[in-house]
Amino acid sequence: MSVRHALLALLSEGPAFGLKLQQEFEARTGEVWPLNPGQVYTTLQRLERDGLVESDEPEGSGPQKSYLITTPGRSELDRWLQTPPESDSPPRDELLIKVLVSVRVPDVDVRDVIQEHRRHTVEEMQRYTRVKAEAPSSDHGLAIVVDAELFRLEGVVRWLDATDARLRTMPEVPKVDLIVEQPKSETVGARE
Amino acid sequence: MSAMLELRSVSKTYGLGASEVRALRDVDLSVVAGEMVAVMGPSGSGKSTLLTIAGSLEEASSGEVLVDGQEVSSMTADERARLRRRQIGYVFQDFNLLPGLTALENVSLPLELDGVDLGRARPEALRALDDLEMRQRAEHFPDELSGGEQQRVAIARAVVGSRRLLLADEPSGALDSVNGEAVIRLLRTVCRSGLAVVVVTHDSQLAAWADRIVFLRDGRVVDGTNPPPGPESLLEEQSLG
Repeated sequence: MSVRHALLALLSEGPAFGLKLQQEFEARTGEVWPLNPGQVYTTLQRLERDGLVESDEPEGSGPQKSYLITTPGRSELDRWLQTPPESDSPPRDELLIKVLVSVRVPDVDVRDVIQEHRRHTVEEMQRYTRVKAEAPSSDHGLAIVVDAELFRLEGVVRWLDATDARLRTMPEVPKVDLIVEQPKSETVGARE
Repeated sequence: MSAMLELRSVSKTYGLGASEVRALRDVDLSVVAGEMVAVMGPSGSGKSTLLTIAGSLEEASSGEVLVDGQEVSSMTADERARLRRRQIGYVFQDFNLLPGLTALENVSLPLELDGVDLGRARPEALRALDDLEMRQRAEHFPDELSGGEQQRVAIARAVVGSRRLLLADEPSGALDSVNGEAVIRLLRTVCRSGLAVVVVTHDSQLAAWADRIVFLRDGRVVDGTNPPPGPESLLEEQSLG
C-alpha cells in the first residue's frame, strides 16, 4: 500500500499534525501493517518538497507540525484512486506448478496433492476468519483488510475444486516415467 | 465432554447390484455441544446424505448414529419423530418457511406440533426471534422479509425449545456475502450457547467459521483441519512479511 497516497487521503479530510496522521494511518489499516514512525515523517517531507502538502513551518519535520493538502495534492489523490493497480506479468504460481507436475509424476495421486493444499488453504482461512470474528463489529477497516485475503484464498480453493472436478471427467492420464520418455527424441537423432 | 452427535462407521447404500451407489462409507464423526463442524466436499460426495442421516430423516445402511448418547436405530418410529421435533433443528439453503404463516407462527409451529399449548409456545417463539434480532418482524409473512431476514426466522425455528443439535445445509447459499456472514455469525452465537452445529457446504468462506472442518470425497472422510491456532500467529507473520 502506498503510504504517500494514504497520507494524502487522510489530509483530504482536513489539516492534521504529524503524530495524529501516524495514529490515524495505523487505525485505518486495522493495525495489520505496523508502520515505522519515521516512515510517516519522511514521506510527509517528500510530499511537501513535491508541493502536494504544505506545513505551518517549512523547516524540518516532526510530530508537532501541522500539514495541509494542496490543490495539486488533491489532484494527485484523485488520479491515484482512479488508476487501476499495476498488473505485472502473471506471477509464476508455485501451487499451479505443483498440481500440473503431480498429474505426471508416477506414484503420486494428484487428488491427494490437491486435498493437501485445499486443507492448508482452508486452515489459513480459518485463522483470518478468527481475526474477523474476534474484532469489534465496528472495525470496518480490519474487516475489509481480512476480507481481501479471504476472497483471495477462496479463489484458490475454488480453483482447486474446479481442477479436482476437471481431472475426474478426464480419462486417466497415463503416468509416464519422464526418464523412459527421453528416447522419444530418437526421431531427432535419426535425422542426424 | 460427551458427544451430542456421533456417527460410528456409518455407511449408506442406495440401489442394488449394478445400480448400487455407496453414498457414505465408514464415516466417523463426533460433535460436542458448543462446537461447530463444517463438512466440505464436492457435489455427490455424500454431504447431504450425511446430514439427513445425522438428523434421523434417513436410516444408515450400517453403523451407529447417536444423538445425545441415544442410539437412533434402536428407537421406534415415534421415538425418532419425537427426537427430531425436540432435539434437532434444520436450516436449509432456501429457508423453507411456510408462506401462509407469519414469522412468529413459523417459529412457534414446531412447539405446537409437539403439543405445547399456544400460551407457552408463542412467548417462547418470540424469545427465539428476539435472540436473532427479528422480534420487530414477528408479524410479517415470509414474502415481506428479505432473504437474510427469512434465514434468521428459519434459524429461530430451528433452535426454539430445547434443541441440542442444529443441522444446516448451505445456510448462506442463497444470500450475498455480507448477509451470508451475518447469518453465520448468528449460527456461531447459537452454537456458543450450547448447541452442537453441523454445517454442510462447498463454500470455504462459510466453512472457515467452523471450529473444525472435515472433507468428504466419494462418501469417505478423507481429511480434516486441526483447530486453528490463535489469530496472533497471523499478525506475527504479517509484521515479518
